[in-house]
Amino acid sequence: MIRPKETIITDHVVRVMVPFIQIFAFYVIFHGHYSPGGGFQGGALLAGSVLLQRVVLGAERSQIGFPTRLGIPFGALGILIYAGVGFLAMLDGGNYLQYDHLPFGMTPVYLRNTGILLVEIGVAFAVTGTLVSIYDDLVNFERRDDQAEMHSAGSREDA
Amino acid sequence: MSGHFSAVFFVLALLAAIVALKVKDLLAAAVVLSLFSFLVALLYVSLGAVDVGFNESVLGAGVTGILFVIAIFNTRRRSRD
Repeated sequence: MIRPKETIITDHVVRVMVPFIQIFAFYVIFHGHYSPGGGFQGGALLAGSVLLQRVVLGAERSQIGFPTRLGIPFGALGILIYAGVGFLAMLDGGNYLQYDHLPFGMTPVYLRNTGILLVEIGVAFAVTGTLVSIYDDLVNFERRDDQAEMHSAGSREDA
Repeated sequence: MSGHFSAVFFVLALLAAIVALKVKDLLAAAVVLSLFSFLVALLYVSLGAVDVGFNESVLGAGVTGILFVIAIFNTRRRSRD
């Protein structure tokens, strides 16, 4: 069982670092088409900032930043954004993810820019939600296991 | 210029990998493994693959280390059945 250790140093270092990590993650997501990085890396950085809070601040206090129940919906929303952009292009007669057929009323160059940005945001959401929910499932796996063990021990005493 | 750097990172990553294999404590092995990932990320960057290095440093050194620690805390010495 992991029990939290109250140390002021890690606590404060994490509280100072997490906003900067998140700002850098948004920078990476929104500049993904001009510079190294993109949706996947930015989403992994966002998930890393949430996991840092989960590990250092403990399960209860980190729920304020990103609740456990939001993990899967966040990932599904990301997939929905990605697939939605793809199918919007198909509605206008293009192929799947053919950005210059998006119905936003811009020149094709700007349409490609906007489409790539939207898809990157979708990928970032999907990666963030999935990584955080993998961590939460791994942590809760132990708790569920202990409850099952207690339950089976209780039933054995009854028998 | 970058050739020297990549040789240094390569040797250090190799040393970190050997230490991660040899060390007895599982938690120490996980920490050394994320150090290995970070050195490999530096190697990628020094070879010019900035995108891959970014990925490796975020996922390999950050998220995978945390997942390994959680997995170690979830295992027990004896099986339950």
